[in-house]
Amino acid sequence: MFFTQTKKLSLLLASITILTLSGCNNSSDKKAVVIVPPPAPTPIVYSYEVTLVNLTQGQPMSPAAVILHNGGQLWKIGESASTSLEKLAESGDNSAVLADTMVLAGQGGAGILLPGASETITLSISDTQPMMLSLAAMLVNTNDAFTGVNAMQLSNMAMGDKVSFTTSTYDAGTEQNSEMMATIPGPAAGGEGFNAERDDIDKVSMHAGIVSKDDGLMQSALTQAERFDNPTLMVTITRTK
Amino acid sequence: MKIKTLSTVTAFLFASSISAVNAQQLEITVTNLTQGLYYTPLLVSAHPANMSLYTLGQPATSALQMMAEGGDISGLSAMLTTANANSTENPASGLLAPAMSTTAMLTTTDGNNYLSLVAMLLPTNDGFVGLNSWKIPTEVGTYTFTLNAYDAGTEANDEMITGGGAPSVSGIPAAPGGDGGTGASGVTMTETNTNVHVHPGNLGDDDLSAGKSDLSNTVHRWLNPVARVSVKVM
Repeated sequence: MFFTQTKKLSLLLASITILTLSGCNNSSDKKAVVIVPPPAPTPIVYSYEVTLVNLTQGQPMSPAAVILHNGGQLWKIGESASTSLEKLAESGDNSAVLADTMVLAGQGGAGILLPGASETITLSISDTQPMMLSLAAMLVNTNDAFTGVNAMQLSNMAMGDKVSFTTSTYDAGTEQNSEMMATIPGPAAGGEGFNAERDDIDKVSMHAGIVSKDDGLMQSALTQAERFDNPTLMVTITRTK
Repeated sequence: MKIKTLSTVTAFLFASSISAVNAQQLEITVTNLTQGLYYTPLLVSAHPANMSLYTLGQPATSALQMMAEGGDISGLSAMLTTANANSTENPASGLLAPAMSTTAMLTTTDGNNYLSLVAMLLPTNDGFVGLNSWKIPTEVGTYTFTLNAYDAGTEANDEMITGGGAPSVSGIPAAPGGDGGTGASGVTMTETNTNVHVHPGNLGDDDLSAGKSDLSNTVHRWLNPVARVSVKVM
């Protein structure tokens, strides 16, 4: 369609030129417009590079779940966490989030993202321009803390656009922050990951941070080395296709 | 005729936008938002895009280490001078006390379109407040944002006030508020994250003559953000 219109426009321009050159001669220029059939659509690929930097001093992060979607949210403050998010936040297992029905395309991180380390994850999707990007990763030396991005709008990102920002830390609200060895799956404790029981407030909120035994919580398996302040993750998103 | 007028206007717009980028007058106000931490002399600089004072998730340079461990900005300042940056140093004429503000004036020259600032936080081992390569807007106005506290990753946060401020010398140089302790055994002797990262905060304890830390857990803690910056582009 665009092709045809361009052609019309150039004919129009040509006729204006002729008019200008020859004065009031309006008898010529009644050519038929040639309809050019539109070319067969080639698949359009949308591609995003997501670079993560773990900004914490001593909280390794579980392999991130990065997803493209057009609706839904990974979490809502004040509402109960989904079981998929609970699994990610309590055990670091991203598979349920990546398999969620709202996911158009998803990609997991290559492995544990150590404190101070960086990783770039690439996501691609054909034919559908994704509206939103979300991601989540557990801070593994905690009971159920995670950081991430919730339903960030992507639709206004043009090719080559790049955005960079930092993210805060949330509490899934599905497991009490006892900090006891048996309840924390990270290397500082080596305890249990996912447990379906919900013995906390059962609402997602911001995380208050680690107390640690160095700060007087004697039952804690954690030390000052696992304490953190926000932000905990730097995210840079580049649209490459 | 019309075309000529249009191109003249375009040329004029082009020239004026270029000149706006060439030289900018900035008034930068920094507020220490903490209740119990002091800033060492600030380094505020407009510099080219191809350099930075620090990068999150990367090791600190030795110049950054000097600033973060001892408040010495001379190394970073020399680096900026080499890059033909426009810098201003120590606008507060000494330490910037908790909840106080200071204002720095800066005139930028061609290509110095990115603003950075740093100062060490006292009392910490290697904590600093930082702004990294903020793109200076060309539009006149006042732009306000907040900054976080970072850890240079170059020194374990033992929280012992020993006077140690030189690079690779352990300990905290001083607690300027006169509210630090002595006799601590040390919070930790190791720090596994040796890249620049978000500072976890001081731990402190409630014993100023012994315990693990020479810092007070009711005075020397903070939560991000630790600074508010207001940049007036004139």
